[in-house]
Amino acid sequence: MDLTWQPSEQSFRTEAREWLAAHVPGPMPSGDTREGFAAHLEWERALFAARWSAVSWPKRFGGRDATLWEWLIFEEEYYRAGAPQRVTQNGIFLLAPTLFEFGTPQQQERLLPRMAAAEDLWCQGWSEPGAGSDLAAVRSRAVRDEAAGGWLLSGQKTWTTRGAFCTHLFGLFRTDPDSARHHGLTYFLLPLDAPGVTVRGFERLDGDEGFAEVFFDRVFVPDQDVVGDVDQGWRVAMATTGSERGLTLRSPGRFMASAQRLVELARQRPSDQLRDRVVQSWIEAQAYQQFTLQQVTGIVDGKPSGPESSLNKIFWSELDVRLQETAMDLLGEHGELDSPWSRGFQFALAGPIYAGTNEVQRNVVAERLLGLPRV
Amino acid sequence: MRFEVGAEAAALRDAAAQVLAGQAPVAVLRAGWPGGDPGAPAAAWRRVADTGAVGALVPVAAGGLGLDENAVVPLLEALGYNGLPVPAVETIAIGAPLLAIAGSDRLQGVLDGDCQVAAQLGDSDLLPFGQRAELVILRQQDTLRVYERTDLELTPCVTVDGSRALARVGQLRRGGSTLAATPGVVASAWWRGVLGTSALLVGLAARMLELTVGYVRQREQFGAPVGSFQAIKHALASALVAVEFARPAVLAAGWAQAARVPDAARQTSAAKVLASDAARLVARTAIQCHGAMGYTTEYDLHLFAKRVWALAPSWGDPAWHRARIAESLGV
Repeated sequence: MDLTWQPSEQSFRTEAREWLAAHVPGPMPSGDTREGFAAHLEWERALFAARWSAVSWPKRFGGRDATLWEWLIFEEEYYRAGAPQRVTQNGIFLLAPTLFEFGTPQQQERLLPRMAAAEDLWCQGWSEPGAGSDLAAVRSRAVRDEAAGGWLLSGQKTWTTRGAFCTHLFGLFRTDPDSARHHGLTYFLLPLDAPGVTVRGFERLDGDEGFAEVFFDRVFVPDQDVVGDVDQGWRVAMATTGSERGLTLRSPGRFMASAQRLVELARQRPSDQLRDRVVQSWIEAQAYQQFTLQQVTGIVDGKPSGPESSLNKIFWSELDVRLQETAMDLLGEHGELDSPWSRGFQFALAGPIYAGTNEVQRNVVAERLLGLPRV
Repeated sequence: MRFEVGAEAAALRDAAAQVLAGQAPVAVLRAGWPGGDPGAPAAAWRRVADTGAVGALVPVAAGGLGLDENAVVPLLEALGYNGLPVPAVETIAIGAPLLAIAGSDRLQGVLDGDCQVAAQLGDSDLLPFGQRAELVILRQQDTLRVYERTDLELTPCVTVDGSRALARVGQLRRGGSTLAATPGVVASAWWRGVLGTSALLVGLAARMLELTVGYVRQREQFGAPVGSFQAIKHALASALVAVEFARPAVLAAGWAQAARVPDAARQTSAAKVLASDAARLVARTAIQCHGAMGYTTEYDLHLFAKRVWALAPSWGDPAWHRARIAESLGV
């Protein structure tokens, strides 16, 4: 056990902290609204210009070749500084890991630098009206167009986060019409301005137009925009769900910062009745940090994090809900006012749903970690 | 940064776990209950001592292994998992290192496993293993004193976990000698006790979860293993989440104590809260998932659940530790 940082890591932290202190903008409207999205894009481009947008990526794609440890440090500093939400996160944290694992060198060269620079903005096209928790029930299809050297996509995706503002979509489509469940799916990339694509934004629980449904009517996608092998999309997609559930989407720095803000709120609005819950949230954020340090040690040693990522997802999402509920209770009647806390509370309620509901995660934990029988 | 049990610590844990698996089956745990043969757990403890475990925190020059709190956490988790009814935390984390500092001639017997140490460092008059341990450490204001058990007025108590051999300490005390009078030494002994108890709780939780998973995989109702039902799966998944997030917190608190970092005590409080709450959740879930089978004393589960109910409120209950953290956070 050695829970200290190397001098190089400490100087990385100092550099990040100083840059963030000098550049983090003041409050801006939510990135899940049209006006807010534009403001967030400006911030994303400033991050990229200083090479902070994707620190763990190779330098040639716009990153810093940062280690996983340095990435954790950057996240800690990012949230501690109160920096804006990352509207590029579905590309940088979900698609990019998939491209690093399954993408061709040509795809990586073509897509990653534009993604890091927030020129291409990616949304995730997985869920469909009939395929939510049961992602393998995907029905949107792709038909081979041999002459044109590509595929014609038809169908519908929904609950697509920031779909109304993004420029590109990555998604799963059924390429083998005779297939069922997780067989015969393929992972496609496409621009949302392609002929045949219709995007309709709609409001999430919090009233922002953060969701979209995306309709596909014989949308042509060339072979160069297939990720991994045809009919192997499930395996490719699962690499991304690991990222979404586990480390990459939700670093401990985020919850450490939230817990610290909760503590500050409790100092401003002291409550004997709520003190224990404030402390409990602080304890749980620490626990998530320690768990992550243990997990990253394993990943650095080459032990992949498979179904264990479901443990992360259950823990951080439920910790977040408890933390935000405690904040709402501290605010009392003022909790109904539109504020970062009331927005945080509403957003937290999505945590146990997206990236696979916590009910599905508990099935994964029970079957794959505890070895309980499948039905 | 490296969050991993070190090689020496893992070797000690594995050696102790192997001895315990062979020498302390459940029959030995049951022997620790009233009417059983208390010689059985005592004999198993001597075999554990043969691994050097009791001297984990004792300097090599004094006959110990010269390790630190990083090694004590995994070792005590293994002891918690086994459930051997002995004052392991009091003997390994408090008695042995303090006797070594004091240069006591009783140290060798402790290291050999012939002499167990009971301790009460809080404000309570209850002394776990006070009916059996040869040596007793008691706190008087800011001083720790060590007594022969026979020099104290000890009244046996009937307890939920019958293997705790608990006694109430009376006012009459003869003899005894000062073991530690420096506030820092007394405080760090207390925090090692909190840490060690947290490790025991994680081990107990892991054991109960393992028992329950084994049971629900083979127990059939409605024509299927009950472990195939989502209600059971979700309850046990929640139990695993609690254990998996408590364990790193306890390991981190052990590191913090060993490295003498300024907020080591606060981290230890957090670890005790997480371990206590996790172990109580697992105990309750385990009993529920066993159905009526779990509500018997013939089945082994109660041995571990009752230990949890004794340990969770000891060495500062979760409310006490949360209050301490609240104070340090200024809320």
